[in-house]
Order: sequence, then C-alpha cells, then structure tokens
Amino acid sequence: MLTISDLSNEIAGKAILKGLSLTINPGEIHAIMGPNGAGKSTLAYTLGGRPGYDVTGGSVDFNGQDLLAMAPHERAAAGLFLGFQYPVEIPGVSNVQFLREALNAQRKQRGEEPLSGGAFLKLAREKADLLRMDMDMLKRPVNVGFSGGEKKRAEMVQMGILDPRLAILDETDSGLDIDALRICGEGINAIMRRPDKAVLLITHYQRLLDYVKPDFVHVLAGGRIVRSGGPELALELEQHGYEAVA
Amino acid sequence: MTTAALLPTRADEAFRYADLAALATLWPLPTQTVRVATGQSESLSVVLAQQGPAARDLVIELEPGASFDLRLLNAGRAYGRIAVKVRLARGARFHLGAAQLAGGQQTAEIVTEVVHAEPDAVSSQVVRSVLAGHATGTYLGRVVVDRGAVGTDGEQSIRAMLLDRTATANARPELEIYADDVKCAHGCAVGELDAMGLFYLESRGLPPAEAKKLMLQAFIAQAFVDAPEEDVLTQAALQALGDLL
Repeated sequence: MLTISDLSNEIAGKAILKGLSLTINPGEIHAIMGPNGAGKSTLAYTLGGRPGYDVTGGSVDFNGQDLLAMAPHERAAAGLFLGFQYPVEIPGVSNVQFLREALNAQRKQRGEEPLSGGAFLKLAREKADLLRMDMDMLKRPVNVGFSGGEKKRAEMVQMGILDPRLAILDETDSGLDIDALRICGEGINAIMRRPDKAVLLITHYQRLLDYVKPDFVHVLAGGRIVRSGGPELALELEQHGYEAVA
Repeated sequence: MTTAALLPTRADEAFRYADLAALATLWPLPTQTVRVATGQSESLSVVLAQQGPAARDLVIELEPGASFDLRLLNAGRAYGRIAVKVRLARGARFHLGAAQLAGGQQTAEIVTEVVHAEPDAVSSQVVRSVLAGHATGTYLGRVVVDRGAVGTDGEQSIRAMLLDRTATANARPELEIYADDVKCAHGCAVGELDAMGLFYLESRGLPPAEAKKLMLQAFIAQAFVDAPEEDVLTQAALQALGDLL
C-alpha cells in the first residue's frame, strides 16, 4: 500500500529525515516509536504534504501513485488520513459542515456522487456513537473549546467518516486519559483493522499498543528506521529505553 | 464650513483613503436619516453589490431607550463607501455588523461616527474585511463620549484578512472621551489566513480554494451573527466571496 524509499527531507534548511525506508502492506498495522526529535512527526507531516516540509530525496509510492507529487487534498482523496498530534481549532466552522464538505470534496475528486445531507448525518452519528462522542459536539466549531481528549476522539470520528485506506496517526494517544485511550484504541480497530486498510501509528508509549496491537514495530532515530521487529520490540523498548535498543 | 456640495479632499480625515475620482461621479451624496423614537427598536441592512461606484451616507438618531441594529455588506465590483453617523440619547443601543470584500484595484470603506450624547448608552461595532489583489479596505471609526455621558459602553472589534500581500487594510478605531465612568474597548487586527488551519482542512480533502472559502466564510459570518436578515446577508457575502476567490 505504502512504500517509502530512502526518504530525506529538510525543514528550513535542516535535514530531519535521512534516508528513511518503510513498506506497509494492506491489512497491516505498523507502529513507529522513537525518542523526541527523531523525526516522527516530520515523517507524518511529510507524508501528509504539509507546506515547508521539503523532500530532498527518495520516493513514496501510495497504491501505485507518486504520493509526493500530490497536493494534500489529493492525498486525502486517494485514501490517506493524517491524524494530528495537535488538531487545529477552526473557529466558526462546524464539524458537521466541514466534514460534509471534506467528504464530498473527496468523493468529487474520485468521481463519486456527493452524499446527501441526511445520509451524511446518519454516517456522522454512527461514527460519533462509535467514539462515544455526543452529536451536539459535532455541531460545534472544529476543535474549539474541546479538551485534549475530545480533540483526539474528534479526529477518530473524522477518520471514521472519511473512511481512509491508510491512516497515519501521530501521537493519537497523547493527552488521553485511560478511558479515552481505550475508546480511541477501540475506534481505530473498528474503523481500520480490515484486510484492505492499513495503519501507521506514531507513538512514544506502549500503552496505545495494548489496545491496537501492531504487526510491526519500528524504531526511528536520527531520521531513519534503525530497528524493526514484531510487537515484542515495543515491550523491549518500554523496559530498556531507546538507547539500549537503538 | 464645508457644504455638502463641495467634493472633499484627502485633507478631510473621513476621506483620506477614499477613491476621490469615483466619489466625484457620485457627489453630492444624498443623506438618509433615520430617527428611532423613544423605546422603539429598528433594524436596517444595507447591501452594496453594484457594478459601478456606490456610496451611502446614513444618519441615525436614537432617542432615549431606542435601539438600532445596522448591518452592512460592502461588496460591490467598484468603489464602495458607507458612512454612518449615529447619535445615542440616554440608554439607547446601537449595533453595527459590517463586512466588506474587495479585490482588484478596488477601494472599499466604512466610516462611522458614534456619538454617545447622554448617559448609559451602549454601542458595539463588528467589522470584518476580506481584501485581495491590490484592493484597499478601510474602516475609520470614531466613538465620541460627550461630557456627562456617564455609564457609556462602547465597543469596536475590527479585523481584516489579507488574501494577497499586495492588498491594503486601513483600520482606525478612535475614541474621544469627555466623560468619566465610561467603558470603551477596541480591538483591531490585520492578518492572513492561518496556514496550519488551511493545511488541516486540506488534509481532510478540501481543495485549497474551498478550504480558504470555508475559513473566510466563518470570518465574515461574525459580522452577521443574530442579524434579522442573517441568511440573506450571509448568502450575498458568500456570493461575493466566491467571486473574489
């Protein structure tokens, strides 16, 4: 589904990713762990196409398409979802309006018919229920006044509605209490654990991986993957720290 | 000193940023006067969506306890000017919600003078400008609190969004206070659309123009919150916004 080959980039002239390679197949859940400053969020933003994250080398293939040649909205329409570590507040724009426009914009790019208002609300309600989020919150402006946990749950509701093929989730577990962590974890499983979908989890901690069991765990340090393994690698990291493992 | 028949010059503060050539074609401006009787409430929406230059000159007299809700949309295709003079008597209330949109070489301006002539009157002004291309958008707003007008509450919230670095926003909220025990606040900001917000919306599938439009729509909507004709104004503003992008 996603093949990252020798990816390098720089932000404001500073090299962050230095030849990172990673392959994700349909049906797989990958976790990337690593110390602060290793380039984890940079990897997520670069795959999402954030302006200013200039690729200096390598390539990324997403289901046969050149991901790096696509604009952010085209990546979304192709099935990429980026879960933000710090979801952005958009005052004055309701979640419902934003998500309906976003979903229909994606559908239009894919040559599909737009979803009617009624059908959209039904879908939104279903996904909100899944994440135990009150529908009233979805009528409020995007992320405005939401707690850290509510923002992350709202991200998962967005993911459920947009129904991506690949989700890159950047520290979805940060800012979550134990209950919210479990709800988000269950949400990720319900939405994304399917043979035709894949997930790249970026996290500091084992705790999210207790709920969303990864097939592969990678250690990112110094801008590249320095070690890969199965779920046991995450436990080893938790016990011995990054320095011992990487 | 000056008569209405004499075309103003740039030395006249209220016309400092005006498109004087366009103004000359409209001069002299007829003044529309509205008087609201004691204790009465009225509202008015003014929409400029014309092809050629247009200017409106309003005078609003509010008697004791009267209230007035004024909404302006300055979104024509050429020079657009709306000037409003308001006088508030004891306990009167005045609210202005205004949006102006301009692009190309256009000049758009809203000029207000709100006089709190007697105690305990309340005025609030919300002005939102969206400026593209080489457009100039101006808000000149003077709030005068006369001697003895204690208990005055005056507020101005002025914001402008520049879509291009070549556009210009002039925003000058001004306070002239001759009384004690008054509450007057003004806030003023000129900015650009939040880049992270745009990326967030785009990452969900909205093309850049749609993402911009959604954010600007929310920005403009602040001028029309709770307006009697909120839907009509919002629709007209959306139309103008679509033309601008």
